[in-house]
Amino acid sequence: MVEMITLVIDGFEVSVPKGTLVIRAAEKLGIQIPRFCDHPLLDPVGACRQCLVDVEINGRAFPKPQASCTIPVEPGMIVKTQLTSPVADKAQKGNMEFLLINHPLDCPVCDKGGECPLQNQAMSNGRGETRFEGKKRTFEKPINISSQVLLDRERCILCARCTRFSDQIAADPFITLNERGALQQVGIYEKQPFESYFSGNTVQICPVGALTGASYRFRARPFDLVSTPSACEHCASGCSLRTDVRRGKTLRRLAGDDPDVNEEWNCDKGRWAFKYVTAADRLTQPMVRDASGDLQVASWPEAIAAAANGLRGKRAGVLVGGRATVEDAYGYSKFARVALGTNDIDFRARITSNEEREFLAAKVVGSKVTNADIDRADSILLVGFETEEESPIVFLRVHKQVRKRGLKVTAIASKLSTGNEKLKATFVPVAPGAEAEAIAKQELTPNSVILVGERASESAGALSAVVALADRTGAKVAWIPRRAGERGALEAGAIGNLLPGGRPVTDAAARADVATVWGIERVPSEIGLSSDEIFAAVNSDQIHALVVGGIDPHDAGNIHATLSALKGAFVVSLEIRPSEVTKIADVVLPTAAVPEKSGSFMNWEGRARAFEVAVPDSLNRSDVRILTMISDELGRPMALPTVKSAARELASFGEWDGAKSTFAPFSSVKAPKIGANQALLTSWRRLLDESSLQEGEDNLAGTARKSVVVISPKRASSLGVVDGDAVRVSNDHGAVVLPVLVEAIHDDAVWLPRNSRGSHLLATLGVASGSLVTVVKD
Amino acid sequence: MAENHEVERTYRDLGLEAVSSEPVSTEGTRSFAQQMLGFWVTFKTMFKKVNTVEYPDVKEPTAPRFHGRHQLNRHPDGLEKCIGCELCAWACPADAIYVEGESNTEENRMSPGERYGKVYQINYLRCIFCGLCIEACPTRALTMTNEYELADDSRSKLIYEKADLLAPLRDGMLMPPHPMYPDMTDENYYKGDVLGFHPSQEVQQ
Repeated sequence: MVEMITLVIDGFEVSVPKGTLVIRAAEKLGIQIPRFCDHPLLDPVGACRQCLVDVEINGRAFPKPQASCTIPVEPGMIVKTQLTSPVADKAQKGNMEFLLINHPLDCPVCDKGGECPLQNQAMSNGRGETRFEGKKRTFEKPINISSQVLLDRERCILCARCTRFSDQIAADPFITLNERGALQQVGIYEKQPFESYFSGNTVQICPVGALTGASYRFRARPFDLVSTPSACEHCASGCSLRTDVRRGKTLRRLAGDDPDVNEEWNCDKGRWAFKYVTAADRLTQPMVRDASGDLQVASWPEAIAAAANGLRGKRAGVLVGGRATVEDAYGYSKFARVALGTNDIDFRARITSNEEREFLAAKVVGSKVTNADIDRADSILLVGFETEEESPIVFLRVHKQVRKRGLKVTAIASKLSTGNEKLKATFVPVAPGAEAEAIAKQELTPNSVILVGERASESAGALSAVVALADRTGAKVAWIPRRAGERGALEAGAIGNLLPGGRPVTDAAARADVATVWGIERVPSEIGLSSDEIFAAVNSDQIHALVVGGIDPHDAGNIHATLSALKGAFVVSLEIRPSEVTKIADVVLPTAAVPEKSGSFMNWEGRARAFEVAVPDSLNRSDVRILTMISDELGRPMALPTVKSAARELASFGEWDGAKSTFAPFSSVKAPKIGANQALLTSWRRLLDESSLQEGEDNLAGTARKSVVVISPKRASSLGVVDGDAVRVSNDHGAVVLPVLVEAIHDDAVWLPRNSRGSHLLATLGVASGSLVTVVKD
Repeated sequence: MAENHEVERTYRDLGLEAVSSEPVSTEGTRSFAQQMLGFWVTFKTMFKKVNTVEYPDVKEPTAPRFHGRHQLNRHPDGLEKCIGCELCAWACPADAIYVEGESNTEENRMSPGERYGKVYQINYLRCIFCGLCIEACPTRALTMTNEYELADDSRSKLIYEKADLLAPLRDGMLMPPHPMYPDMTDENYYKGDVLGFHPSQEVQQ
């Protein structure tokens, strides 16, 4: 039971938990004390001195007004704010005058103008006129503290919110307060640039216009913008966002406030990667390939008819992109079963395995592990998962607990990452492919959480080892994919072995359930093919048509098999922009991007992240509507004309209360023999890289981490290279040459970024992890 | 309809129909002399100086502070005064002004300081000529001229773009983009220290 303390503020009695700050207790009464440096998620600092109040404890008054953002409540405390104490009021007005002495009159050109706490509180708690007649201190302006954050030093009021955020929340202490007195200013280290994945939050919490985002600079005023609460489409963390639109164009996105998920933060990718929606090459018209092999613009009825004619009577497979909303994924799931009569559907258009599919069906679908379990956990085990790179808000969650109570984190990986260093994780180095052995040796408790990434499927036996470990110790397992749509697609049944709501395809009762809701005679009973198997089936002439929703062939494990399959089959592509798929597709149908449609994502916790249309005047349609039109044309209607109807029908399934499929363990594969100059490849995608949703975001790309080859000190000495030397990593398919970085990595492994500048592994090497490559000095 | 019936009923219930009334009595025809007296005012006016002019052949100047078409002014060296701050759009009660700001760069400088108005539109179908935008402008970039001939044959023609609103170049002014006056800051511009262009500003951009 929390001890409650009663105090009096402005004559009103209020009871708050022990340890509460006076400023929060006042908020509870609805009394607003002006403040700049105070932020509920950052440690108190008392830097701006704006929140001065008169305090008296048990009849003894403080001689001077005190900063209410640093004083915890005490029994018998009597607080008088500016509303009842002329002394506090005068102190606040005086402090405001000091803050404004050196603050330039930039308001007309400042991005913060109109939503500025300094502007607002100067009006509410300051003097109307300035008495200062001297010369204001000026600095050169603005300076880039990174390619996406600009600093106007003369506007800064030294509240230290940005530096505290970077230090305490993001664990990237790359900015600090330099100098003292009037010259004090926010500065960056000369040697280390401000390359934080979370730097955008400093712009959002800056209470003046000192930090501004380069891509929003001078774009709009708050009153120009129409704000819509939305959800992030970039990763499975599922941040709540606010999308600000001016005249049909997204101008900025801000982190929304959701204490259960992202608190008040988000990552730079979610904040600044949205220009792909307004790219000049967006598809707006349906297109059909004519007899001479060229794509020709067609009307919607023509294109729908062409798609239906191509699909009719053929065995077809369905590939759902990883960023489909739950409703769209459900549309694909129903389309495959109802319109095409097949279970050959897979949302995992990436390197994957059947072990993962079994794991998802047995352990993940319907799972209830949430962020709150991370908050309560006594230890965290990371398997095939880099929190900071692959799900940055999970990183912030874990880091908060690491900082607060020294949460123990163990990472089973081939390379120690920057993120894991910041989490002070115990690094268990393993050779790529040998994860299973290391997992089996871990000791956990029922209060531990195992966070499994999608890359765990790249190591045979790793997921089986995770299941065995969880069964042995009772630890909770959470699967955190990289893309926003994967968990939702799993629940919607966009996979070969599951029907909507986690119903196993092999269960007759489950099939009967689904057939009743869909009003069809029967649902196919055999387990469908996975994405790799679908491509193989096209190449071996078993499948003749594909419905492809927003996938990149370069993400799949075998690029050659994928491309030849796409060329060999009749392909209907639902896309937002031209891609490798639309180049080959027979029918291209333009779909709506996330800001243009409503729907929901399901984050890794299985929590629905619903969003409304942010750009209402787009004519683009959601995938589920287009699939409904094709199914009507095919004569097997799936009757999901709107996103809402899809959501309602999916919800009507409810959870599967029957038996889940059981997980039969897969065995691991023995590591190949490593010759001289050979190494096992390991890689992951970085948060900021060359992914298609980040195209055109030059400011964002400026803070991406540099592409390097990482090798161990032992290998470096045998190759005779030092940091910065060029190293060539090659196999039969191709080669990548990059500067080397000697770091903590398993001696048998070599690490490269998977899809960064100069390092597109799946396109050049054709592999991404676990296979042999030759590493030589270039 | 139902309400009307109700009204009628109350009217009747009140017995207003029963109120007695008398027809208005009119006097007989006036004499000729009386009628001519009525025309006297008309006749007298024929010899007075007329107030109207033969518009559009003759145009009278307006009152000096007449609120006419807006103008976007320039600094004496030709740089634009508008900084694209949108305060005019904010102040506008009729939502007639649309502004988009943009950064000045060394290669493309339209105004002193960091920011200029890239897009500037006033919709004269909406404008009510109240002048609140003029009061809001922090740089005196926006003022009103006395021009009142704002009629046209289509709606789109009445949305004035920046090019339509910008003041013409006078003597001593250079067409932007061009650099700022050497050794002068944007503050000097606002204080009026710049009086014309400097030869070094004539670089081709």
